[in-house]
Amino acid sequence: MKDSVRERAQAALQDDYLRNAVKFTTERLRSGKQSAAAELGHWEEWRERGRAIRLHTIAHLDYYLAQFADNARQQGAHVHFAFTKEEAVAITLEIARRNKARSVVKSKSMVSEELHMNEALAEAGIETVETDLGEYIIQLANEPPSHIIIPAIHKNKEQIAEVLSREAGKQLPAETSVLAQFARQKLRQKFLQADIGMTGCNFAIAESGSIVLFENEGNARMVSTLPRTQITLMGMERIIPTWADLEVMATLLPRSATGQKLTVYLSGITGPKRTEDSDGPEELHIIIIDNGRSLQLGDPDFQELLNCIRCGACLNVCPVYRQIGGHSYGSTYSGPIGAVLTPALVKNAAEWNDIAYASSLCGACYEACPVKIPLHDMLVYLRHRTVTKGRPDLQEKLGMKGFRYLMSDYRRLRKALRLGRVGQKLLSRNGVIKAKLGPLKGWHRYRHTQLAAEQAFRDNWPVLKQELNRSLAQADPRIEERLQAWVAKRERGNEYDA
Amino acid sequence: MNVSLFITCLSDAVHPGVGKAIARLLARHGIAVDFPAIQTCCGQPAFNSGYWEEARAAAQTLLAAFDESDFVISPSGSCTGMIHHYFPKLFADDPVQLKKARSLAEKTFEFSQFFVNVLGLERLGARFPHKVTYHPSCHGSRILGVKNEPLTLLQNVEGLELVPLPYAEDCCGFGGTFAVKMSEISGAMVEEKVDHVLESEAEVLVGLDLGCLLNIAGHLRYRGKNLRVMHLAELLEEGVRGQ
Ligand code: SF4
Repeated sequence: MKDSVRERAQAALQDDYLRNAVKFTTERLRSGKQSAAAELGHWEEWRERGRAIRLHTIAHLDYYLAQFADNARQQGAHVHFAFTKEEAVAITLEIARRNKARSVVKSKSMVSEELHMNEALAEAGIETVETDLGEYIIQLANEPPSHIIIPAIHKNKEQIAEVLSREAGKQLPAETSVLAQFARQKLRQKFLQADIGMTGCNFAIAESGSIVLFENEGNARMVSTLPRTQITLMGMERIIPTWADLEVMATLLPRSATGQKLTVYLSGITGPKRTEDSDGPEELHIIIIDNGRSLQLGDPDFQELLNCIRCGACLNVCPVYRQIGGHSYGSTYSGPIGAVLTPALVKNAAEWNDIAYASSLCGACYEACPVKIPLHDMLVYLRHRTVTKGRPDLQEKLGMKGFRYLMSDYRRLRKALRLGRVGQKLLSRNGVIKAKLGPLKGWHRYRHTQLAAEQAFRDNWPVLKQELNRSLAQADPRIEERLQAWVAKRERGNEYDA
Repeated sequence: MNVSLFITCLSDAVHPGVGKAIARLLARHGIAVDFPAIQTCCGQPAFNSGYWEEARAAAQTLLAAFDESDFVISPSGSCTGMIHHYFPKLFADDPVQLKKARSLAEKTFEFSQFFVNVLGLERLGARFPHKVTYHPSCHGSRILGVKNEPLTLLQNVEGLELVPLPYAEDCCGFGGTFAVKMSEISGAMVEEKVDHVLESEAEVLVGLDLGCLLNIAGHLRYRGKNLRVMHLAELLEEGVRGQ
């Protein structure tokens, strides 16, 4: 992998297949979301409600986690807590060993990507098959997912046909129905042979110890019914208190993710198979994973990260993600949420400093987020931490020293503005600047700048002021009245505060 | 009533016409605006890059400059958003400055907000017989929440045909230092924005933030397109001249 987000992005920007595929699908998803939200109505209230539930749950996470674990155990599930990645993998391998497992079928789980579970299982000689179509494709292509919910978003139909044809040993046409049919047949055998079914977890319900899965292909249902043993991997923040809270989440999640009113399958799983059940695993293990999440607890700037419901809406609206795709972010989670979550999970380690800069801070992510996580603010906080505690870019540091020198005193600024008037003439030709010098290099690669006005505003002010004095219209009593009313209202508000 | 202009560093340095247009429009409605010269910049370039000390050094010039003002008008949704949304964070550890920052936020308005919401003026009497499209800058619309005010003003301009900008709400790729640090990504974004501007078939692109406007205008010029790019205040002021 290339070292910096900038280098990875440069490579992605050269890849027209990738850019077109990402644009095509994100556009479909975001317009779907917009119409689904509009059709439902009161979207802002729903978001507020979702946020309130998440804030409350995370504020009392210890309580709800304990409640969930107790209830799940009472229902016969084995509940494990893993503090680190390594612990989670070790617990999984131990379960596999005791069950003499040789194959695992998986439904989509971002946590398992985070743990690099497939590699760990392969090393232990256990075959792992992804059964979500998108995941299956990227598993065959030997690539990480590039989107939280659409893992193969960066591939077009032809590329997907190529990957599946290799597996089929014959050329398959680039037709969705044929490709899906091939995958389905192939996967069916795997389901029947598998010793372990592994799932992620969209929500865990504390009041009943249940896990809830949202999906469209029915594969998660197969994974959680056919194999004898089921392992569910869940991030420790996936909890919500009650089934009533799920109603709000079920309203927000599918609409935000894909613009669906509801996913095709919504499964609630409470404990392993009971005698009266017709299917289900005999053994159910739930592994609750921390892996850096508790670092966010109690951190006023980042705790809200734990509110994320992994819908991917922030990726679909992100104008940067749209240009560079998910792999440019260099880690399991991409897009705006990935840019903040990746460093957060590893204690803001310096190696991830650069992704926080791959954002224009436009705030589209915040506006799209169903639980209102202020990702654009968090990106600024991350940069602030890099400056105060990390290793900031030296050139930028110097530039900011200069900024401070000029901007802390208007007299210096005035001098600089006058000097700049002289300087720009040296750089320009026919009133346009194209010079690719210093910081102007990147700017002028894509832009030509018009010369700034002869005089800065502040230097022109005395002349303008005379003109304004001459032309000032008579005061309008209605306007005066309105201004006074505003001031009065403000003062009343302040009295109230005091 | 003490109404002051917060010029913003970009308009001051590069494009003073925007500040002039605002001052002239206010004068037409009998409002004399003053310009406290000790103001420099809201500090956003430093703040967004994580240099909060440096940002404070700039921001405090505004706290001092507008201490006596009843209203502060700025041509930028982004800088106004900075004052409203981030000044309290920036001065959180200094109770005296924090109080000033809160009071500054209360009295600072972006230009279209001030005309529509405070003055209650929607029709400024402008005539501008051109096809115009509007780019809503991200900070103004999302952080400050200015969405309808500029459209209201535009819809009340005689002869003006407002045409939709496809994917209007998508960022133009400016993002301050982002345009330099991640220039390739920023370049791809402004390229797409300009594609959409051209698709709209407008003769004039109008907006509320010089950063975005200079970015888009710069790329239009780079591609040899001579579409006019204007700040809303300039458009309105040109439209009322001689009316
Ligand atoms: S941050 Fe918000 S929008 Fe992004 S994935 Fe999480 S919940 Fe969805």
